[in-house]
Amino acid sequence: MIQISPHAEAALTCTLDERSLYLRRLVLGSVRSAGRGHVGPALSLIEMVRVLYDDVLRIDPNNPRDPGRDRAILSKGHGCLALYALLADRGFFPLSELEGFCGPDSILGGHPEYGMVPGVEASTGALGHGLSIGVGLALAARMRERTYRTFVLLGDGEINEGSVWEAAMGAAKHGLDNLVALIDYNKLQSYGPTDYVLPLEPLADKWRSFGFAVQELNGHDVGALRTVLKQVPPVAGKPTAIICHTVKGKGLPAAESNADWHHKNKLTDSELDAIRVAVGDF
Amino acid sequence: MRNTAMNMVHKLAARDERVLYIGSDPGAGTLRAMSKEFPKRHLIEGISEAHIIGMSAGLAMEGFVPYVNTIATFLTRRCYEQVAVDLCLHNLPVRLIANGGGLVYAPLGPTHQAIEDIAIMRALPNMTVVCPCDADEAARLMEQTLDWTGPIYIRLGKGGDAIVSKAEHGFEIGKAILMRPPGDVLMVTTGIMLQRALAAADLLAAQGVRAGILHMHTVKPLDTEALLQAIRGTRLVATLEEHVPSGGLGSAVAETLIDRLGSGLPAMLRLSLPDRFMHNYGSQDSLLKKHGLSASAIATSIERALAASHTSSPQLHST
Repeated sequence: MIQISPHAEAALTCTLDERSLYLRRLVLGSVRSAGRGHVGPALSLIEMVRVLYDDVLRIDPNNPRDPGRDRAILSKGHGCLALYALLADRGFFPLSELEGFCGPDSILGGHPEYGMVPGVEASTGALGHGLSIGVGLALAARMRERTYRTFVLLGDGEINEGSVWEAAMGAAKHGLDNLVALIDYNKLQSYGPTDYVLPLEPLADKWRSFGFAVQELNGHDVGALRTVLKQVPPVAGKPTAIICHTVKGKGLPAAESNADWHHKNKLTDSELDAIRVAVGDF
Repeated sequence: MRNTAMNMVHKLAARDERVLYIGSDPGAGTLRAMSKEFPKRHLIEGISEAHIIGMSAGLAMEGFVPYVNTIATFLTRRCYEQVAVDLCLHNLPVRLIANGGGLVYAPLGPTHQAIEDIAIMRALPNMTVVCPCDADEAARLMEQTLDWTGPIYIRLGKGGDAIVSKAEHGFEIGKAILMRPPGDVLMVTTGIMLQRALAAADLLAAQGVRAGILHMHTVKPLDTEALLQAIRGTRLVATLEEHVPSGGLGSAVAETLIDRLGSGLPAMLRLSLPDRFMHNYGSQDSLLKKHGLSASAIATSIERALAASHTSSPQLHST
């Protein structure tokens, strides 16, 4: 019997502060404008992306290609609404762009594209690519004696892909302690529970056995995320995996732990009302 | 050809610190000298092609020029999505050095025979596809790979292929080489089919048939202007390739002629492998012979096609 992590229980019950609600309003505003979007996968990610972009990444929105910047790759590209909200809020592009999500002339597609969206380091959407690219970026930093760090955000369903584990072996081989993998462990993929589709447990042991320093936390706990992310790497000479226990659809009760909200291509009036009740007017 | 290409990676690495060699699990001692001279730029990353392509993309994003090397089938089939998304979509300067293009690994069976690699690589936007014919040409090609924009797929032959390329012809990626002036027929070749075309041309000459040869070492981008120039006055365009009939050189030539000429197309003969996996072993040479790609079979096929075109099709595009 697999024990439920206390972090997972905390993720279910913890409340969200005003900034987290504001970011959800930005995400859900995009969904309302486009009438579509990966809602659940974005809402589980928000605090992870928020803390990265607010508190951890050394980045300059006015110089998004600064060679010294930290690199962040959203390997689970379908969670892009969370990334777009943060990038817009931080000034990489105007907030008004969020309303054009998936529109014919928008820079913001259903998956993020390098070269289209300022601040996006790599085009993702096909799963299982980001960690390998991250290994390349981190190895390049090592070879060039640069101090930037590389953060890769992965989905739990995404790590079904064998290429992720190839990349994990590669990262460990090179001892890339400038590489951090954050796993959005919301335990629900497109079809249903990860335990049903392809069981991942014991997940922390897997990453540990692949040579990573592993940490676990409640992925909606902004304070815990700050503490852990500001102290990477926890072990010199090892890449880091941070397993973030989250809730798919967090903050929107109708969507929480509900696979039907993985992706929406239309929203009913009653669903929009439910969103207003959850996050306020948006 | 393979040793030459490998040694060129070492040579380029000595000249340019952006150059990396990335092998999966190549033969023992591959580029040993480079591994000693530049140990940090000689990377062996394991049988993990999907990861290696993604990692190469990350390195290329940071200004490196990775030369990724393994067997052609593993470099194309295994990691196609990574090649498409990580390399082509981002248009990154990663060079894929594919050992054993075509039927080089004939005795090892269909898992190791790269018979559709040109088609699937050519289909990808931003990809360049080059098939040198011999070691000298491979060396000239490698010289040009340092600063070429975007990814390159380099299809290598067996090694020990007869040297038929000539320094005086020069070499430029995307520029075909006219090896013999056009005559009754123009043979268009890529890779090691050039050697067979030259021998077939001699056999045809003995029969009074003038055979031209246009060596299309670069299948993408195809040298359209050289092709249109070379077909003038010919009665037959014959494409020769160590590849299935779908999507390779013959397809590229046919597509180009249709797009540029519309009507009044020349008679065409596409000589290729059949549209099936090989279930015979033997050697590259024996399999090519079995499928009508020996010099004598090529000459015979062309003679027959010329006879048919003489009775059914007018001479086209004479100047």
